[in-house]
Amino acid sequence: MPNHLQNAISSLEEKLSLLSHNVEKQLKGSIKALKNRDIELAQKVITRDEEIDVMEVEVEEDCLKILALHQPVAIDLRYVTAVLKINNDLERVGDLAVNIAERAIYLSKKSHIEISFDFEEMTTKTMALIKKSLKSLYTRSTELAYEVIHEDEEIDDMNRKMYKRVYEEIKKAPENVKVLVHCLSISRHLERVGDYATNIAEDVIYMIEGKIIRHSAEVYED
Amino acid sequence: MTELKDKDQQAIIQLKDLSIFYGDNQAVNKINLDFYKNKVTAIIGPSGCGKSTVLRSINRMNDFIDILHTKGEVVYENQNILDKNLDPTRLRRDIGMVFQRPNPFPKSIYNNIIWGPKINGFLKNPDELVEKSLRRAALWDEVKDRLHDSALGLSGGQQQRLCIARTVAMNPSVILMDEPCSALDPKATIRIENLIDELKDDYTILIVTHNMQQAARVSDYTAFLYEGELVEFGETDGLFTNPVEKQTEDYITGRFG
Repeated sequence: MPNHLQNAISSLEEKLSLLSHNVEKQLKGSIKALKNRDIELAQKVITRDEEIDVMEVEVEEDCLKILALHQPVAIDLRYVTAVLKINNDLERVGDLAVNIAERAIYLSKKSHIEISFDFEEMTTKTMALIKKSLKSLYTRSTELAYEVIHEDEEIDDMNRKMYKRVYEEIKKAPENVKVLVHCLSISRHLERVGDYATNIAEDVIYMIEGKIIRHSAEVYED
Repeated sequence: MTELKDKDQQAIIQLKDLSIFYGDNQAVNKINLDFYKNKVTAIIGPSGCGKSTVLRSINRMNDFIDILHTKGEVVYENQNILDKNLDPTRLRRDIGMVFQRPNPFPKSIYNNIIWGPKINGFLKNPDELVEKSLRRAALWDEVKDRLHDSALGLSGGQQQRLCIARTVAMNPSVILMDEPCSALDPKATIRIENLIDELKDDYTILIVTHNMQQAARVSDYTAFLYEGELVEFGETDGLFTNPVEKQTEDYITGRFG
C-alpha cells in the first residue's frame, strides 16, 4: 500500500478507537448514574455527547478525504466504507447513552421501587460486545465478528425477560407504571446497543470477505 | 480563493502578477501564488494551461526559449529571480529540477551524483556525498554494489530516483518536478510518491502533474490553472473534497479538460 494511504488509514483507525473509547465511557457513566441516582453524572453524560458528535463528524470527514484523495480500491475501499458506517453506529450508541442518562434523571426524582433490575450485567455484556466488534475490526477477524452476532442473542434474551418482568410488575402495582415503563426503555436501549455491535460485526465481515450478510438468515440460525 | 486553515505558512517562493508570453501568445496571465516552505504544492490543469511554463520560470529554464518573455516577478529570498542580472546557474543550485523523462548523464551512477558539485567547485567528500544522496533518494540499497556501472543500465524508475539523488546532491532548498512519474510504471510511481513525502522534511517541492490522483495523493497544496489563469489555490484535501470554483469541480470530476 502506498505510504500516503497507509498513514491516512492508521490515523483514521486511531480516531475511531478514541471515539469508541469515549462512547464506552458515556454508556458506563449513564448506567452508573442510574444505579447511584446521580443526577450530576447523568447531566455530564448529556453534555459530553457534543464531543462525541464532533468526533463523529471528524471521522466522517477523514473518510471522505481518503476517498477523494487516495481513491482506495478493494480491501482499502471496503475498509473506508465500513468505517463510515461503524462511525455512525458508534455515534448512535452515544445517543442511547444520553437516552439512558435522561431516564436516570427521571428515575432519580421518583421514589425507589423495590424490584431489582440487573442493568449492570446487561451493560457489561453489551459493552463487551461493542468492544469485541471493534476488536474484530482492528484485528481483521471474522471469527470474532461472527461471535458478536451470535452473542447478541443473549442480550436480546435479557431484554425479553425484562419485558415479562415489567409486565408482571405493572399488573401487581399499576401505580408504578410510569417508572416501570422507563425501566423497560432502559433495557430496550441496551438491547439496541447490542444491535449496533452486531451491525459493526456485519460491516467487518463485509470488509474482510466482501460479503453482505445483513439479510442472510443462515448466519443467524442456531 | 479558499481560506487556508493553516495561516502561518512561510512562503519560500512568490509569484507576483506573473505573465508569460510565447511571442504574441500569452500563456500565463497575471498569476499571484505563494509556495510554502517544506510543503508539496501540486500544479494541475489541462494540457496547455501553462503549468509547465510557470514551473520552468521558477529556475529560469525558460531562458532557453528565445521567443519567450515574462512580466511580473518571481520572488525567492527577497529578490526577483527574473532579474537579468541574476546568475541563473547559481539559482539552479538552489532550485533543482527533475524532468518528465529520466535523463541521467551517460556516465557511471557515481559520476552522475558528483558531477554537479564538482563543476561547481564545492565537492569535498565525494564518497560520502554519493552515499548520502542515494540514500536520500531511496536508491542506495539497489545500487551500492555497482556505483561505477553506467547509469543508463538502470531501470526507468531507478533512473528517475538517480535524477532526484543528483538534484539532492546539489543541496537545493526547492525541487521542481515536471511530471516526474509520467514515464514510469505504477510500482515505480508509488516509490517516487513515497519519496516525495519523505523529501518534504528537507525541501520544498513543486510538482506539475496532469495526473490529478497523484496531486491528490502527494501534495499539501494544489493550484489549478486553466488557460493561463490561476482558477483556485488551496489545501489539497479541501480542493479535492469541496472546491470553491465550479471550473475546478468540473475539471477534477472529469467533466472537461
